[in-house]
Amino acid sequence: MSSPATHGGTRIRLVGCGKTFADGTRALDDTTLEIQGGETVVFLGPSGCGKTTLLRVIAGLETPDPGGRVFFDDEDVTALPIEQRNVGMVFQSYALFPNMDVEDNIAYGLKIRKVPAEQRARRVNEMLELTQIEELRGRRIHELSGGQRQRVALARAIAVQPRVLLLDEPLTALDALLRERLRIEVDLLLHSLGITSAYVTHDQSEAMAIGDRVAVMNRGRIVQVGTPRETYFHPANAFVADFIGTMNRVRGPVRDGAIELPGGRIPWPGAAADSIEVLFRPSDAHIVPLEGAPLRGKTTAQFFLGDRTRLHVSEIDSEPIIVETTEHREFRIGEPIGLSIEPGALLTLGG
Amino acid sequence: MRRGLNFYLQLGFALLACAFLIVPVLMSMLAGVTVNYFQGISSGLTLRWIVQVWAMYSTTIYRSLAIALGALVVTLVAGVPAAYVLAKRPGLTTRLIEESLMLPIAIPGLATALALIITYGTFRDFRTSSLFILVGHVLYTLPFMVRAVLAVLSSIDFRTLEEGAASLGAGPWQRFFGIIVPNARAGIIAGALTVVTLSIGEFNLTWMLYTPETMTLPVGLADSYASMRLEMGSAYTLIFFVMIIPLLILLQRYATPRGKPRARMQEELTHARPLAPRQGA
Amino acid sequence: MRRRENLYLLLMVLPALIIAAAFFLLPLGRLALVSATGKLGLGAYSAILTTPRYYHALLATIALSVAVTAATLLISGITGVFLQRNRFAGREALISLLTLPLAFPGVVVGFMVIMLAGRTGLIADLTAALTGSRLVFAYSMAGLFTGYIYFSIPRVILTIMAATEKLDPALEEAARSLGARPSRVVRDVILPGLQPALIASASLCFATSMGAFGTAFTLATNIDVLPIVIYTEFTLLANITTAAALSIVLGLITWATLAASRGLAGTTVAAGG
Repeated sequence: MSSPATHGGTRIRLVGCGKTFADGTRALDDTTLEIQGGETVVFLGPSGCGKTTLLRVIAGLETPDPGGRVFFDDEDVTALPIEQRNVGMVFQSYALFPNMDVEDNIAYGLKIRKVPAEQRARRVNEMLELTQIEELRGRRIHELSGGQRQRVALARAIAVQPRVLLLDEPLTALDALLRERLRIEVDLLLHSLGITSAYVTHDQSEAMAIGDRVAVMNRGRIVQVGTPRETYFHPANAFVADFIGTMNRVRGPVRDGAIELPGGRIPWPGAAADSIEVLFRPSDAHIVPLEGAPLRGKTTAQFFLGDRTRLHVSEIDSEPIIVETTEHREFRIGEPIGLSIEPGALLTLGG
Repeated sequence: MRRGLNFYLQLGFALLACAFLIVPVLMSMLAGVTVNYFQGISSGLTLRWIVQVWAMYSTTIYRSLAIALGALVVTLVAGVPAAYVLAKRPGLTTRLIEESLMLPIAIPGLATALALIITYGTFRDFRTSSLFILVGHVLYTLPFMVRAVLAVLSSIDFRTLEEGAASLGAGPWQRFFGIIVPNARAGIIAGALTVVTLSIGEFNLTWMLYTPETMTLPVGLADSYASMRLEMGSAYTLIFFVMIIPLLILLQRYATPRGKPRARMQEELTHARPLAPRQGA
Repeated sequence: MRRRENLYLLLMVLPALIIAAAFFLLPLGRLALVSATGKLGLGAYSAILTTPRYYHALLATIALSVAVTAATLLISGITGVFLQRNRFAGREALISLLTLPLAFPGVVVGFMVIMLAGRTGLIADLTAALTGSRLVFAYSMAGLFTGYIYFSIPRVILTIMAATEKLDPALEEAARSLGARPSRVVRDVILPGLQPALIASASLCFATSMGAFGTAFTLATNIDVLPIVIYTEFTLLANITTAAALSIVLGLITWATLAASRGLAGTTVAAGG
């Protein structure tokens, strides 16, 4: 085996890595980033934002434009093709070999490394146990369900004890319920192994759940890196704010210590201004009794989502305010509603 | 882009294979316009041989064209609706029909020709007419038309389209000509090109079926190779190339899947049928 | 309503059915009948195995077809995968040229072989210049072999290219991510992935070579492949029964090859999930 299982985790460092494709598309702007040993960084963004390209640069499936460098710990691996980088990769389509059964798939990387048969068998058993698919040992790939294939793909990638684990939207092909369940399992697995992981997804709740840090990407560049909480509560710009969760935006003049809106006032400690835009999350808009409510509006839509109810409240600003509440009662369309915004939850972006 | 040794080796290999195929074509085309092949180009270029070939064999060329067009008409009328039926009702009966339609290309043309002669040889008028050859050509090319149209129909959801048209009041014939045929156009064109190309070049069947009054182009070619000097045979082949190569280029553009973007769905391959025509042997 | 539709569908398939029935199925039946009702009856078939001429022709044809299939798969396999996987200037032109001979009739292919390997062919001239003696092999088994791969290469290349296009690149990337070098990837991922196409191509190649007539006709003076024997029996010797029997045997071989490969290739692909 290459590296001992108790490795502190390989540090990944990207320096000035950009990628322009043959047809001219600039898929990735020059990116500099460091992933700590044992950390899981999730690259999050809409399709075309460059997250998969970034992953493939780390993997060695793409070479960065001249000048870009990729380091694993202190080793410059930029010139190494993927087969020599000792990475583990889980693909969106799993890419399991249809001509081999589950055992042989998992053993493949070990076979390449000429691990003796007995040791190989032991390691495969370990992997089957770890991903809880012992009973699938001899099955052919086409007999497996989506969730089962995902586990085999994971087992295969980890079996070789890679320095780094790279996952390209591994849960996207599964249905919502399965995705949520596997999300937890994958998260536990990655942390128990202590392996450095780069994870790509477009699902922001998945990113929040799995990542130690989240790197939000848009159009080839990283626009914010931070813990899930940081990106959720303190988005760096409008894109991040809108991409992660829903954001309400209101705009109005500041007078007498409050933002004046058609539907009321929001207390604001800042200086007077002609126009200011503030953002807040739907869950930070609290429903209060109409009498004395700082903001007053009318319910124009309600959506019961099971664990919470989402309301659209108009007449407070030009756009309806989206409110999320855990109150059990039903709301009537046209019902007058009083709102108060959580004081510390107001955000501004730039100006 | 850095190219390894592997790339250049494989490229060289491909170029070698290409040379193997194309050099004789060029050689024969040149021989057809050379005064004296044995002396080479130094003996001069001439159109003499082409003129002579035309004088001797022009009827064969016209006949081949006529038969090819005839085959096209028959395969269109018989093949397109047949493909539609096969696509619409997959089942045992249609499977059997499909098998019997495809059978002529699974057995040597020689056998088919023999069978035809044994069965219809006694009807003299039929036997000695171009119609006899046409029948053979239709048997041989019909599967390709059916297969091409079937392939296109299988890849589009024509059932839903038909249901949409029916819901708007279209009757069966209206649906066939108004919905099915236009949407199967790519397959029909590919099939048509294939039929014409294969018919012009058909030899195995025709050689058994022809009579001195019903010679086709390939039959004439064989005749000229055997009895005429090399320059004549080459000139005749040159004429053949001039006719067939444009068709082949069109075929490449319309009938091969090269241009399609990478498809991850396995549609054609699940039919597991060879894609290219089985001919020319 | 369903019945009306059935009628309508029957009408649509009728022309094709009539053509197939009257001009193919019926004649084929007669062919079988003729083959079994001659002087020897069904003994005509055993005569094939006992008469050296037919027997040798059958074996020679099979041997030739196997050799051609192997050579074609190798040449077209390498070229096809290479062309599908690489982009370079002139690629389209190269592909067009390689697939041009697709619809050349056998006679023309024979003529091409003569151009290459005949008495005044390219190879004869080259060898004369290099070694002093002319190498002529157009009219032997080697010439036949050359002609057969000439018409086989284009069509197998097309099939291979189409199949290569459908290969999932993620599988190769996965193998590489696990450390497999290019040769390993070819062995473990690409060849298994191409297996259905290779089987289909092999059977196509074999069946076409078995039934090839035009090429052998142009080149053959002494070579006895089965189609030539059939032709000789029927046209020159008027042995209708023997010709019929030999045709049926040849037809069964080619049909069985294609049917078997369809079954094989079909199930393999379905399991590819």
